[in-house]
Amino acid sequence: MDPLVEIRDLHLEMVTLDGVAKVLNGVNLTIQRGDLLGLVGETGCGKSVTAMSIARLVPQPPARYPRGDIRFLGENVMEKSEDALRDLRAHHIGVVFQDPMTGLNPVFTVEQQMVDAILSRQGALDATFFGRKWLPANRERRRQAHERALQLLRRVGIAEPEKRIHAYPHEFSGGMRQRVLIAMAISGRPDLLIADEPTTALDVSVQAQILRLIAELVREINLTVLLITHNIGLVAQLCNRIAVMYAGNVVETGPVRRILRDPQHPYTRGLLEAIPTDETTRGALQGIAGNVPNLYHPPPGCRFAPRCSFARAECDLAVPPMVTTAPDHQVACVLHAEGVESA
Amino acid sequence: MTTSTSSATPGWWARWRADHASQLHDARRDAYRFSRNWLSVFGLLIVIVMLFVALTGPAWVPYPGDATGDVHMDQRLQEPSRTHLFGTDDAGRDIFTRTIVATRTSFEVGVIILVVAILLGVTLGAIAGYYGGTTNQVIMRVTDVMLTFPGIFLPMALAAALGRGMVPAMFALSLTWWPGYCRLVEAQFLKMREDDFVAGARAIGASKTRVIFRHILPNTLTGIIVKASMDFGFAVLALASLGFIGIGIQPPEPDWGSMIALGRRFMPGAWWISTFPGMFMFIMVLGFNLLGDGLRDLLDPNATVK
Amino acid sequence: MLRYVLTRLLWIPVVLIGLSLITFGISRLVPGDPVKLAAGPQARPEQIQKLAAEFGLDRPLPEQYLRYMGGLVQGNWGYSIGNRRPVLPDLMTYFAATLELTVVATIMGLLFGIPLAVVAARWRDLWPDHVSRMVAIGAVSIPVFWIAIILQVMFGQVLHWFPVSGRYDPRQSYPQTYTGMLLVDTLLAGNVQGFFTSLRYMFLPALCQSLVVIALVTRQLRGDLLDMLRKDFVMVARANGIKERIIWTRYLMKNAMIATVAMLGFVIGFELGGNVLIEAVFDWPGIGQYATKAALMLDFQVIMGVTLFIGVVVVFVNLFTDVLYRLVDPRIRFS
Repeated sequence: MDPLVEIRDLHLEMVTLDGVAKVLNGVNLTIQRGDLLGLVGETGCGKSVTAMSIARLVPQPPARYPRGDIRFLGENVMEKSEDALRDLRAHHIGVVFQDPMTGLNPVFTVEQQMVDAILSRQGALDATFFGRKWLPANRERRRQAHERALQLLRRVGIAEPEKRIHAYPHEFSGGMRQRVLIAMAISGRPDLLIADEPTTALDVSVQAQILRLIAELVREINLTVLLITHNIGLVAQLCNRIAVMYAGNVVETGPVRRILRDPQHPYTRGLLEAIPTDETTRGALQGIAGNVPNLYHPPPGCRFAPRCSFARAECDLAVPPMVTTAPDHQVACVLHAEGVESA
Repeated sequence: MTTSTSSATPGWWARWRADHASQLHDARRDAYRFSRNWLSVFGLLIVIVMLFVALTGPAWVPYPGDATGDVHMDQRLQEPSRTHLFGTDDAGRDIFTRTIVATRTSFEVGVIILVVAILLGVTLGAIAGYYGGTTNQVIMRVTDVMLTFPGIFLPMALAAALGRGMVPAMFALSLTWWPGYCRLVEAQFLKMREDDFVAGARAIGASKTRVIFRHILPNTLTGIIVKASMDFGFAVLALASLGFIGIGIQPPEPDWGSMIALGRRFMPGAWWISTFPGMFMFIMVLGFNLLGDGLRDLLDPNATVK
Repeated sequence: MLRYVLTRLLWIPVVLIGLSLITFGISRLVPGDPVKLAAGPQARPEQIQKLAAEFGLDRPLPEQYLRYMGGLVQGNWGYSIGNRRPVLPDLMTYFAATLELTVVATIMGLLFGIPLAVVAARWRDLWPDHVSRMVAIGAVSIPVFWIAIILQVMFGQVLHWFPVSGRYDPRQSYPQTYTGMLLVDTLLAGNVQGFFTSLRYMFLPALCQSLVVIALVTRQLRGDLLDMLRKDFVMVARANGIKERIIWTRYLMKNAMIATVAMLGFVIGFELGGNVLIEAVFDWPGIGQYATKAALMLDFQVIMGVTLFIGVVVVFVNLFTDVLYRLVDPRIRFS
């Protein structure tokens, strides 16, 4: 079956006052329909920009893509026109951001923002605007959108939405705001839901609820989810596949169980070992030696090599290609080069 | 880092460079970033030129006597020409000379005003911010009230009370300006009082004055510098405004404000009397504002968005 | 909300006392004889003695202050040497003219400044941004009295597009005044021609006074808009497929308006600062001019009266704009 999203050799550079940061260094990632893919990595490894790039939500400038492409349902996202892009975002992709505090415009009511989102997805936002709000056809549209908004709010677990919908964002708690954002994101019945650290800003108890909600939605509306997080525990709970990123490259992908059990990339191994378990003795926290590379002057070749205990001379020559070491398990490391190289 | 080749002891310059390597790196990077903003560089250039004019002007102006009281009634109201770049006024005085000399006066007075205001304001602000409580309340209420009076009203009132002339104007403007610095420093002190590094300093036994001067104050320095660079332009404007109204620097001492006021009667005929001093003043103030803006972009991380 | 207004109102007397303390302090700062100063340069010795007793300057300082305060509260703000009239009534008359000028100037400033800020933020770092920022910095660096003169000469004397000075055409009969604000009064009386005449006379001075408004609003609003653009809700709106144009006209504008109201008090304070010079140049009969003429004559009571008055005005303007802001920002209104 054709994948929903295919990212091939994606390079991304950011032009800043301090120079050009080479943020993405040839990212390869595939998302199949029905996947619940967890994209993990440290802060700054490029997972957010990768995901945002799928909907081309990264402002260009200061970003630019010198190489690579992203295909959504077979079409190249990089070459889409403004209108096609908006169509993509309206009907196929929904995004949930990390900070529910700032995700909603504080000076508009939830009702206004949801109705706007719904109408915009129908392509009808313009028409109901600019003084034409009061036309009967438009009032009908707004009324229907209002109904749909209530429906969505109920679905995401907000009780008595009729009362709450006319409130302003600051009157909601963080968890509820996140639910509203999720409601807005799925209002167009998207194919893909990109959730960028959706629970990081929330309490632990609320986190669990939100994750459960996402899981339910996956089943109900056949949602494919790309979950970005630095919390591997979350991924273990929720996802079926995992992709590990380091400094602008995807270094390992595969089913969650397999990778947790048998990580192949040295970085993945280091990550998993760093998680304290019941058996970790006090004071014996395992980190990964070294520092994240400087994106302005990154090391040639594999970016993890400077910190890798298994590094060899060839690691510094070129970025290792992704090779398949087992069904659906891919690693970008010379240690496993004897596997079949994946296209 | 190069090793010295000839002498036995490594050069102190090299050692100093090594010790301050990170600060030098920061300074170099700041200078680079500053230079990217051409508006700020432009401002810096203007300021340097003006500084030069102020420092050396009176030495090379063509008609120095015209700034100290000479009149040449036979040369009055002459158009700008090669002998009189900016023309002459109604008493035959060379406007170019007077404008240049006025630059030096404005600079001097401006500096004095700001220095006094900063000394007064920073001291009071430090005291208010550090000690808190009633001291703070008293000082800050006075500051608030003084800051309520808009623009030129307070200096006008003060100057009227203290009399006409340059010195009363200086006092008046200093008294008007110190509350701004007081507020700035007080806010910083209040914030930093609770910071860890202060607690650390006190934990190792530093006395109150030492904490104030060696620890907190240096951190307020950037704010003060940025504010001072922007204030300088406004101080000069205020001084000229007082001169325009008629209090402040009195004729025949050249002052941009009084020169412009004088030239009004002859507009639009002898337009040069008012126009040139004003343009000169505009450029100088613009230079300082651009420079201040650029410094602020550079030094104050939470101010603007870049 | 009501609590907030009440708390602020309760503070006002305290602030006013503070203001009066400062003006009182300044008036006692005078080197030399304050009575001579109050009496004016042409006073005779007997007049001076009479005034000394009248002002109670032989009394201890605190008592002098109380008498001063008492006088203020009762409406006695002193006498002008210049025209031998009590200060307060004249102040009020002159204030109407200044108020009118300031309101019009503020509106003008906002009309220019807000679009400039939006343009600067929308096309950030491209040429419209640079132009706006240069305009903003230029507007704040220009010596107000100088540009006033230049405009006056250019558009008044030379081109005859606008009158050179004054508030109304001396050849026409002065309109009936109800509020003291000509624009309002002429409309109330149905005097359309009078209305446009007033407008013409007001244009240049208002333009000069609006310069500082433009400068402040452009810079501040641009910064606020850029801050807002970084906020997630803009990304969310884009992610939901909302057109850029709608994001700007619908969402950001409302946020921008609220931000503008927030800075209004501050902006008006600055405006009033330059007012004196503008009124001097354009011969606009407002409190600025009242004060300048008094300053030249060392008409001390007037100067003090005006200073105190303007302080009071600023206090109330700030209160008004703060309340307005709280009404307009939903985050504060509903919490």
